[in-house]
Amino acid sequence: MNPYLPREAEIVERIQETPTVFTLRLRLTDGQPYGFEAGQFNMLYLHGVGEVPISIVAGGEADGLLTHTIRAVGRVTRGMMALRAGERIGLRGPFGRGWPLAAAEGREVVVVTGGLGCAPSVSIIHHILRHRERYGRLTILQGVKHADDLIWRTQYEAWSRQPEVRVLLVADVASPGWQGAVGRVTALFDRIELDAAHAIAMLCGPEGMMLASAAALEQLGLAAGDIYLSMERNMQCAVGHCGHCQFGARFVCRDGPVFAWPDIRDLLGVRGF
Amino acid sequence: MKHAAFLPRHALQILLDALSGEGYRVVGPRVRDGAILYEELRDVADLPAGWRDEQQPGQYRLERTDTQRSFAWAHGPQGIKPLVFRPRESLWRVHRSADGRMAFSASIPQDPPLAVIGARACDLAALELQDRHFLESIRDPSYAAHRAGLFIVAVHCTHPASTCFCVSTGDGPRAGKGFDLALSELDEGYLIEVGSERGAHIARMLPLQLSSDEQREQAEAEIAHAAALQTRQLPGTNLRDSLFANLDHPRWREVAERCLSCGNCTSVCPTCFCHAEQDLPSLDGQSAEHVRQWDSCFSEGHSTIHGIVIRAETGQRYRQWLTHKLGSWHDQYGRSGCVGCGRCITWCPVGIDLTEEARAICGPNGEGAT
Repeated sequence: MNPYLPREAEIVERIQETPTVFTLRLRLTDGQPYGFEAGQFNMLYLHGVGEVPISIVAGGEADGLLTHTIRAVGRVTRGMMALRAGERIGLRGPFGRGWPLAAAEGREVVVVTGGLGCAPSVSIIHHILRHRERYGRLTILQGVKHADDLIWRTQYEAWSRQPEVRVLLVADVASPGWQGAVGRVTALFDRIELDAAHAIAMLCGPEGMMLASAAALEQLGLAAGDIYLSMERNMQCAVGHCGHCQFGARFVCRDGPVFAWPDIRDLLGVRGF
Repeated sequence: MKHAAFLPRHALQILLDALSGEGYRVVGPRVRDGAILYEELRDVADLPAGWRDEQQPGQYRLERTDTQRSFAWAHGPQGIKPLVFRPRESLWRVHRSADGRMAFSASIPQDPPLAVIGARACDLAALELQDRHFLESIRDPSYAAHRAGLFIVAVHCTHPASTCFCVSTGDGPRAGKGFDLALSELDEGYLIEVGSERGAHIARMLPLQLSSDEQREQAEAEIAHAAALQTRQLPGTNLRDSLFANLDHPRWREVAERCLSCGNCTSVCPTCFCHAEQDLPSLDGQSAEHVRQWDSCFSEGHSTIHGIVIRAETGQRYRQWLTHKLGSWHDQYGRSGCVGCGRCITWCPVGIDLTEEARAICGPNGEGAT
């Protein structure tokens, strides 16, 4: 198997979430099966421009479509935002190690996300809701810089109506009609009850937010080894060869992107790593 | 070297011809542009006989000597890494038809297998590390294709440069393994050792003679002398803990005032594996070639994610290079990523000496004097 060779994927549906965030729902045209674990990512290829690593929001459901939610920030993603349904891109994956969903069984789960960090975490929520009886209470904390950055409002509302699910939203800057809290995501930790001895936390977002959240969760009594973080670094090959994503000895693309907090806490927050 | 046979000097051409006859494209050291490079080699007369390299921090000069020997030098800017991990290589191509459908096809190397003459111990140690990186966890198809065909004729090093420190890393000057054939050069010819079945097959085509006790002793003495000549050394074989305990050491800022962040060190390092991918569209927009080329942790783009440069400062890049090379390599591949070739010292335009920087940060015993 050639780990570098993309497969062709057709854009079946395209959703503009915010002026800079869009979702592509993709169908692999080769008809071959595709499986992934929550928290893994794909490399998406725009013809003539290049590849980008994008987390997998959802896939493998009844319609067989793969969902990616993308922010237009670079050459590839800006070009991809201009694509329409029916157009084709390249896709290879899945890559990396995902969320510890097996280890989380029988426990209370806290999902803490910031900004578009919500995208790599949706698969956790989907998995837990599909296998509701295997997990305890689910708490979802999502923070955004500006209230208008929040995507999937109706999705959060729907999740909050599920049994044993709490959703708390927070924005640094509120806008008219904002019903969530105002401030940083860490401000929400005062407002949740947690059975810390039986909880596991999964974090995804800016590093400052993850550092502050991991510290706050430890304060609440969570064991460091029960806190998991999804990391982001420059990734080009996705198989631990190109060297860009190295974080100390770890290749984020292959050994991560999800890491247990004790495995990366020595370097996380050190400028330049 | 107990069982080494003797190959008279004039018979080295027979080795080249035997390798060609077996379908190998033979490359070996030749003088070009004032340096010794591995280039196509058909005639032993093209070997750098009578040349030696004078290397100092930031300096490489070829000088004439009166020796008849062809391998009386240390090494050029590149070892054998470019033969297997190519500086630039196509990974795949894509064709997009008028209806927008895309067809991807892998670019698998088709060139003939290579035989390299004159590989050094340091470069064989580096090759072993590259093998682990590119073949062990996930197999790299291009590297695997080049590597599978590579026939290696090592030559034990007898003329280290002043910048060499392979004794201190345990990787030279004798080539201990990883070769098909290994030569010791004497005035009258070569002692030849067989390291593989393929090597034995080629050796059977050579007019080998019995070697004498004196020849074998001479060869051993020259290798021992080469070891004794080395003055540089690292302050320990595993500096991981002391490097990572010193991430805020003032030396990082100090070395950044000298370092140009040019990437010469990573370009000449035989173990550096970083590479960038690039998409090259055709002018008509219908097809594109996806290539990779060597990259450096000293470049800005190396650590860039969506507009953020993780290592914006030179000191952070030098720290990345040194903590990886001498530190986190131990966790990744069970040993240091430095094989003591000293090329990064020679080819650094401002002569930064990795061994000196390591000593400044880790202390004289490598135990991390902070």
